[in-house]
Amino acid sequence: MLVVTCPGCSLLCEDIELVLKTGAISQAKNLCRKGYGHFQSMFTERTEPTIDGQKVSMDEAIVSAAEILKGAKRPLLYGWSNSTLEAQKVGIELARKLNATIDDTSSFCQGILMERVLKGRVPTCALDDVRNFADTSVFWGADPSNSHPRILSRFAYYPRGEKRQKSYEEERTCIAVDVRRSATAKLCPNYYFRVPPGGDAEFIGALMAVLEGKIPKFGDKKRMIELGTVLRKTEYGVIFPGLGLIYSLQEKMGLLEALVARLNEIATFKVVPMVGHYNMRGFNQLLLDETGFINRVAFSDGKATHGPENSVIEASKSCDAALVIGSDPLSALPFKTAQRLAKVPLIAIDPRRSLTTDAAKVVIPSAMYGLEAGGSAIRMDGVKIEFEAMMESDLMSDEQILARIKEAI
Amino acid sequence: MVSAMEIYTLLPKTPCKECGYASCMAFAVALLNREKKLEDCPPLLEPKYAEKYKKLKELLAPLEKASETGLIIHPEKCFGCGNCVVACPVNVAAEPTRCAVGLGPQGEKVILVVEDGVVKAQNIKECRRFGPNKVLCNACMVTCPSKAIEFV
Repeated sequence: MLVVTCPGCSLLCEDIELVLKTGAISQAKNLCRKGYGHFQSMFTERTEPTIDGQKVSMDEAIVSAAEILKGAKRPLLYGWSNSTLEAQKVGIELARKLNATIDDTSSFCQGILMERVLKGRVPTCALDDVRNFADTSVFWGADPSNSHPRILSRFAYYPRGEKRQKSYEEERTCIAVDVRRSATAKLCPNYYFRVPPGGDAEFIGALMAVLEGKIPKFGDKKRMIELGTVLRKTEYGVIFPGLGLIYSLQEKMGLLEALVARLNEIATFKVVPMVGHYNMRGFNQLLLDETGFINRVAFSDGKATHGPENSVIEASKSCDAALVIGSDPLSALPFKTAQRLAKVPLIAIDPRRSLTTDAAKVVIPSAMYGLEAGGSAIRMDGVKIEFEAMMESDLMSDEQILARIKEAI
Repeated sequence: MVSAMEIYTLLPKTPCKECGYASCMAFAVALLNREKKLEDCPPLLEPKYAEKYKKLKELLAPLEKASETGLIIHPEKCFGCGNCVVACPVNVAAEPTRCAVGLGPQGEKVILVVEDGVVKAQNIKECRRFGPNKVLCNACMVTCPSKAIEFV
């Protein structure tokens, strides 16, 4: 039996027990459905090294990729959230060498909030602190039952912690703020607060009014006062903002910052962004350490510039080659962006087939992290988790492939 | 889940007491608890109740899947989140250093365990709902986000 770390989502659960047989998983314990799907996918639709759809050797594919990148004036390197810290590090070096634009999925995901968290403008804490001390967890615009299935059972609501021995039965409160009654909201029916789509800014305003002792002008007044009372009684609260809140607030993210600051006058309140991909925070942290920006960076002669013009949406308009690693932008991004990306010479490094690998000029297969390759990643709360390769594989890891490309350039 | 009242409305309601119970309602509860079978009601087997008998058969069919404690798991609805594994008091008592703090169980003494992405029940005899002196614990059911766990 193998004890593995699951890179299915950014919780990076370390207590997974797997029994492998050739070509399949014979038994998987403690793995949620999402993680089980992730490991199962290792045995289906794996990629092969190809150039223009023709099968080639690994070396030829790498040389061809290096040539495309070398010949490009403004290459775009995109993806990164599903790679280890080691691979990301090589990737940033590669971008510096190529004078390329580098961006990751946080650009249109949790980036706005993550920047505030990493720069210390919003207080944050480790998930182990949530388990040990937190008595109120607020899931705002997030449905962890679907996106991070084990967060409630491992950290936020059900487990007993150092100071929370009575757990969900007496000492913990879970609050869900969402546009619909999600699976998570069903677990806390008394503390489910509905916001109309895009109404989060007004909701924050009403909550601030309640905390000031005024009558709120938005939503159900009684319910808002009830929420205010729960937050006032809290000793250690944690807010988990999901993509729903991020997309709704966008430029108004200062409102959330102000709310957290106001709540911290009452008690300790922390923010842990609900990161989707397992190492998005790792990439943001690495790039911040290297350049001072968390994403959307363009290098020119070793200097880094940051701005919305370097986001994947804008950069796809001006780039003349793109390297996509561990991501599927062609199915995830808006149609126009996907169309533009599909037209430039595209290099895809991915262990599995996707729309992006189908459209790519050069496809380089990589090893599946967690099982075939090891490394380290940063969990959604900023804790570094290391994992090892669990089985032997002929495939190269992202890190090795990028190093080879860099060498060839 | 089917209720005793639904079963009662389909019974012949001739308080003949041939089943050994004082009323048809008591017999309906016994059916729900799987202490009696439909065939224990002689009037129900008469041709004029044939349709009701058929309906009752359909109604009681899901109960056959239930374990001795009345637990029914719908694996197709389960997310594998492990809320029930961590909430179950028997699991917590069996593995205080793992289940109690949110980790998955390692030993064999636990009742609920997530296997291949979905929850599975084992050691049913350890459940607080087992046996005649049962406690009507429902920790696993109320913590399920997808209603994958039900009790009869």
